[in-house]
Amino acid sequence: MHALPAAAPPAPKRQLLVGTALAVVAMFMITGGMLAVWALQRTRAIDDTGTWLPDGVTIPEVPTNVMLISFIGICVFAQWAVYAAHRRDRGHTVLALGCSALVSLLVINAQAFSYHEMGLGIGDGTYAVMFYGVTGLFVVLMIAGLLFTAVAAFRYIGGRVGDNELIVAHAIYWYAMAAVYSAIWFVVYVTK
Amino acid sequence: MTTIESSPEAVAATTDDSDAPSDASDTWLDRISDTLSSTDHKVIGRLYLGGGLLGLLTAVVLSVLISLERIDGADALLDEGALPQLFDGQRIALVFGALLPLAVAACIYAVPMQLGARSIAFPRLAAAGFWMWFGGLVLNAIALINNGGTLGSDSDMVGLFIVSMGLMAIGLTATAGAIATSILTTRAPGMTMRRIPPFSWSALVFALGVILVMPVFVGTLTYVFLDHRNGRTGFGGNEGIFDWVGWMVTQPATFLFAIPAIGLFAEAMPITFNRRLPARGVMFAGLALIGVAAFAAVTQQNLQGLPWAGSDLSTDDLGEKAQDLVPYFLFNVLPVIGIVLVALIALLCARPDGEIKVNITPAFVFGFLGFGMVLVGMVGNLLYAIDDLGLQGTVFEEATLVYIVYGAAIGGMGATIHWGPKLWGPAAPTTKAAPLAMLAVVGTVLAAFPLYIAGFLDQPAGAVYDDGDLSVWNILSTIGHGVMALTVIAFVGLLASTNRSSDDDQPVDDPWDGQTLEWTTTSPAPRDNFVDVPVVHSAEPLLDLKQAGSSATTDGSTA
Repeated sequence: MHALPAAAPPAPKRQLLVGTALAVVAMFMITGGMLAVWALQRTRAIDDTGTWLPDGVTIPEVPTNVMLISFIGICVFAQWAVYAAHRRDRGHTVLALGCSALVSLLVINAQAFSYHEMGLGIGDGTYAVMFYGVTGLFVVLMIAGLLFTAVAAFRYIGGRVGDNELIVAHAIYWYAMAAVYSAIWFVVYVTK
Repeated sequence: MTTIESSPEAVAATTDDSDAPSDASDTWLDRISDTLSSTDHKVIGRLYLGGGLLGLLTAVVLSVLISLERIDGADALLDEGALPQLFDGQRIALVFGALLPLAVAACIYAVPMQLGARSIAFPRLAAAGFWMWFGGLVLNAIALINNGGTLGSDSDMVGLFIVSMGLMAIGLTATAGAIATSILTTRAPGMTMRRIPPFSWSALVFALGVILVMPVFVGTLTYVFLDHRNGRTGFGGNEGIFDWVGWMVTQPATFLFAIPAIGLFAEAMPITFNRRLPARGVMFAGLALIGVAAFAAVTQQNLQGLPWAGSDLSTDDLGEKAQDLVPYFLFNVLPVIGIVLVALIALLCARPDGEIKVNITPAFVFGFLGFGMVLVGMVGNLLYAIDDLGLQGTVFEEATLVYIVYGAAIGGMGATIHWGPKLWGPAAPTTKAAPLAMLAVVGTVLAAFPLYIAGFLDQPAGAVYDDGDLSVWNILSTIGHGVMALTVIAFVGLLASTNRSSDDDQPVDDPWDGQTLEWTTTSPAPRDNFVDVPVVHSAEPLLDLKQAGSSATTDGSTA
């Protein structure tokens, strides 16, 4: 009978961080894939008809630009939460998470306002289908981020003050979302 | 017998294990409930295995029906209206019903034990992934039965067909995330990435590939679904579905899903020749090359062809030819180079220096034969992409897919028999398992190779053709699929009989003379795999102990 020496149970090796990183990779892939198809269809439409944006549709630039700027806020608040969590400062950690949640709500609100301003029906052709496809995915990812923030905040309120990994993972998620929206902003709202 | 020394505290802890498996007094309903809601990676793996075998059997039956329909190229044997659904069903069942779940199953039940981990990372996510995949598969079948699919006339069922594919993709991505995170974070102390077993490395390449490829598939499905429900202007409605997302169920994407089968071959060779795996880095690079090339699938094109027409290999227009050759090389040749690298390193295990002690195990037989079938499929894809051969639009592509899927399924069956003792105790005897592998290869070759020939003879990919001489190849293909169906049924029978023998036969902890950590725990493995996490000092920790002749044991409390 052979015997291997027993080791002490290994400390968790940043499982949540690695999992979040993989989720971020998946987010980049789905957004990148959708924007690639967007670019392809846009080129085809311009080649065929000379236009991509349907007649009468105007992109509301104020809310879409404000959404981009808001991501600076979300990232700053998420990083503030990391800083406070490392200092085991529960009050500031929860406050920073709350601010992140508030600004992410603002972004969702601005996206809904953009939908209203554009007045584009989902059945109004290829542009409309793809516009709602890309921005709908963005809204879903925003809601997922909001839930992530809520979970992190409730765990901190509940006393899991040492759970820094969750806060760092939360920040990584919002940094990635900033990159995702930057790409959408440039392709969908700027390039049009 | 081999074991891990357990600390007295750990042994004491196991006597009060509230998570212990259900005892004999539990009713069958309790046991089913425990199984379906379990977060034990071995149980989740078994669920995927069961679903994958069911999917494989479905794919084989659909293939038999299609082959029967093709025997007479002029007359329809089946209802012509059902043919589009049959073709859709065959392809979905081959890739999403069989290839992917069988690969995921092997990764889920084997990898944590190979790593010396007590559980998989994010077990609830892995379990949720299984249920999403399985739900998607059921919904897909419902959609196809009710006139959905790419050419279906029921709009709601076409929508359900698209959604079900997305559900399966999300589920598989979730499980792949759990697999990749496990490999990256739950390795035993001392197990560097270079020391992980070849199968675990193949699982990592596979899982990362799925995480990279599936989201792109889901994104495009989103467009296709929205377009189908709203106007059908930009994506061609249901007829355009496979134009946009067909790349996921054809080559080179399928290469990615066959990587664990190649990993089994790499895992089996050192055990078979009782050697340490030489040049691990090169072997790992070979497996990664296959994954890198398969990532080409995200170009969302069904084919990276080589348009060479009319040039007769002259040196004219070299710049233009280079533009064709580079993507052809990267997308079609690179995976073949990867698999050849794996084969060369594996063969080094059999180098004739010193005494060779050959230990033929089911993993070797299934792994070697499955590897061979996948290789033939990859080489077939090399030819398929060359425009001048005129194979595009023929049944040749289907033959390539069948080689890949059946080859990987043979590997999946081998993995099940290899790690079966850790799942249910007794080991299936090699004398019973090896003939099954042979039968599976006969079925695969008969099912696919005649279609290679028919492809060269210009038999179109559908069911209709004019040349009556082609019938013989379709008859042979029908027989091949039939043999494969028998193999799958016999394999399930072998598993059942192996399970039934548990009362009579004492399970052996290390039945194949293994080299890695999973063989240090009991058969079947307990819920948490290991009482104490072992320390690893080399890539073959168990072989180290065997060669050192260590006999230090505990009093039998092996976990």
